[in-house]
Amino acid sequence: MKHLVRLFGPARDAAGAAEVEVEAATVAELLAALGERYPSLREILAVSAVAVNCEYAQPDQPLAAGDEIAVIPPVSGG
Amino acid sequence: MHIRIAEDESEVTSVAERVRAPAAGAVVTFLGTVRETSRGRRVVALEYEAYPEMALRVLREIAQEAQRRWDLGDVAIVHRVGRLRPGEASVGIAVAAGHRGPAFEACRFILERIKAGAPIWKREVYDTGEAWVEGSRVEVGRGAARLRPP
Repeated sequence: MKHLVRLFGPARDAAGAAEVEVEAATVAELLAALGERYPSLREILAVSAVAVNCEYAQPDQPLAAGDEIAVIPPVSGG
Repeated sequence: MHIRIAEDESEVTSVAERVRAPAAGAVVTFLGTVRETSRGRRVVALEYEAYPEMALRVLREIAQEAQRRWDLGDVAIVHRVGRLRPGEASVGIAVAAGHRGPAFEACRFILERIKAGAPIWKREVYDTGEAWVEGSRVEVGRGAARLRPP
C-alpha cells in the first residue's frame, strides 16, 4: 500500500520535499523504504521517530489506508 | 486548559492570565527566550516550525499528565512558530495550583517534556548560514511516546 509521508524540520531539508510517497505495510518497512528511495534521508531516519495519526508509533505498527504518517526527527522545541 | 501554537509573542507572554483563578494560591510561569549566542556563535534569529496538529495533541497530553501527577489548577502552554529575534519569548508555560510547591515542580516537568517530545524544531540563523539545532531523539515506548521525566 502506498502512503504519503510528511517530513518536518531537518528531514524535510534532507529530502528536499515536504511530502514523499512510499510503499510499506508497517512503520519499520516504511523507514526502510524511505531510506532506500531517498538516500539523503538515511542519516536523519536513523535517529527519527514516526508518527501515525499524530501519535508516536512502534516499529511493528501496521499502516492502514488513509493514515496520516510523519517522520519526526529529533525535536528541539522550547 | 489553554494550549496553543502561535505566531504572536503576546500570546506567550500572557500565559499567566489564562490560569489565574480564585482557588489558586500560586501561578508559576516559565518563558523560554531566544539567546543571542549559541556555542560561541552570534545568533541573528531562531526559526521555529511545528507539526501543528500533533504538537497541540502532545502539549495537551503533557499538561494532562502534569495534572495527574500534581494537585494543580489550570495549565497554559503556548509555543511560538516563525522567525524570532534574540530576546523574544519562544515558549510560555503557566501552572496554577493551591500552593507553590506543585506549581513550581509541574512547570519544570512540563518544560522538560516539551523539549523531549513535542514535534517542534528550531534552526539557528547566523550572519553567515544557518543550522538545525541538534534535538532530542524521541523515545517511543509501548503505545505512546515514553518521554523521560526530568
